[in-house]
Amino acid sequence: MMEKGQFTKHISQKFNDELENVRQRVLTMGGMVEEQIEQSMEALSSLDPELAEEIIERDEKVNAYEVSIDEECTRILAKRQPAAGDLRLVVAIIKTITDLERIGDEAEKIARMANHIAISMENVMPSKKQFGAVVHLGNHVKTMLHEALDAFARLDVDAALKVAQKEKTADKEYNAITRQLITYMMEDPRSISAAMDVMWSARALERIGDHARNICEYVIYLVEGKDVRHVSLAEMEQLTQGK
Amino acid sequence: MTAEAQLDLSQETSNDGLNLAALKDEKICLEVEDLNLFYGEKQALHNINLQIPEKKVTAFIGPSGCGKSTLLRCFNRMNDLVDIARVEGAIKLNGSNIYEKDVNVADLRRNVGMVFQKPNPFPKSIYENVAYGLRLQGINKRSVLDEVVEWALKGAALWDEVKDRLDDNALGMSGGQQQRLVIARSIAVQPEVLLLDEPASALDPISTLKIEELIHDLKDQYTIVIVTHNMQQAARVSDYTAFMYMGDMVEFDTTDTIFTNPSKKKTEDYITGRYG
Repeated sequence: MMEKGQFTKHISQKFNDELENVRQRVLTMGGMVEEQIEQSMEALSSLDPELAEEIIERDEKVNAYEVSIDEECTRILAKRQPAAGDLRLVVAIIKTITDLERIGDEAEKIARMANHIAISMENVMPSKKQFGAVVHLGNHVKTMLHEALDAFARLDVDAALKVAQKEKTADKEYNAITRQLITYMMEDPRSISAAMDVMWSARALERIGDHARNICEYVIYLVEGKDVRHVSLAEMEQLTQGK
Repeated sequence: MTAEAQLDLSQETSNDGLNLAALKDEKICLEVEDLNLFYGEKQALHNINLQIPEKKVTAFIGPSGCGKSTLLRCFNRMNDLVDIARVEGAIKLNGSNIYEKDVNVADLRRNVGMVFQKPNPFPKSIYENVAYGLRLQGINKRSVLDEVVEWALKGAALWDEVKDRLDDNALGMSGGQQQRLVIARSIAVQPEVLLLDEPASALDPISTLKIEELIHDLKDQYTIVIVTHNMQQAARVSDYTAFMYMGDMVEFDTTDTIFTNPSKKKTEDYITGRYG
């Protein structure tokens, strides 16, 4: 079983440093991606094209982080041939950064939608009401990501499970938003184009929830060595409790 | 708690890392039962219980002095040669205890061959090295010997390199070739079990890979038990791995499990290179 601080007890101090460094960088990348979600929500609700441009540009940085962490992991695999918990850490990181990068892409997508609405919809600005539910969903999945990264940092299986459970709420909210937007579109066909953009944004947020859940699954794999992908929540709980 | 109860408890904890259920689909070749070994006053093996599956590779890993070589040597009673060594318990080869009084140790060692860390060919020709075991059995017919020597050298992946110089002195071969020659000498007498004690630790990386490849080929016909300090080697060549620490069998499981998700912290610490 894995315990906190166990990546600092190798006989090779340099190996400690390498693992700790790559772990820290995942958390930094995660923080950056969280920021991207938050800003994209801001850009969407304020329809601020400048802010949207900033988010789109910053996605390059997120991508660069993914590439460089990936390289570092490959180097560790080649030079250290990690085993057991160390191996699971490196594998979990390689998977986690892929999901983080995708989350970054989704945030960028939302920024593009915000930009699109702001530029093309000046005459038929969608009402703030339409964004309320989307921003709420945005906050929900941002919290999920934050807590997933927290669980990763603290090697906390229980916390990871709790986050995974929250994905259902995200799905429900997304479905509610879809229904709501369909109503708006039926009421006023001029709003269809903007409503579609909002719908795509909500879809992006729902996907972020899925990615956050994936990260939780890697945390469980990392700590317990159990693969809980593609199983129901109930099975997931059962697998992690049957320690 | 009485001293006896404490002893019981320690025996229980020393065996709970053994996932013998992993062997449920295997035929068992060697069975170690409550094995204790003493060098004089000092106990080197504590209540070892283990099963070695037939025609698979089982690796013993652990830090120096943990007893893995000592345990390996129990399988062909090499420890009989150590005056102060005393063995309790049983090791069953195909169901019969090799420590029974009426066991012919020479026969046992023919059936359970051993290869050591340093290649130890005899100062004879390559041919005579391989034929040695057969001559000991009184087989001297040239045609039989020729056939077995060729078969054994091919089995040890050495034939192509030495077929034109079988009469050369074996000591003129490279270390890697010598080690494969010793393996050929072991399999010439057609043992059931091959014990390999650090067979590649004195060899360069290419020779090491050849030995590992050979181990992979040999397991079709032989039960192989290997002791190695090189954990990546254990991970590469073995099907099952046993981790020993200070004379205890700490954990036994499939090699995949040991190297990705061991159940014991001691095992994890050892294979990942941590302070114990």
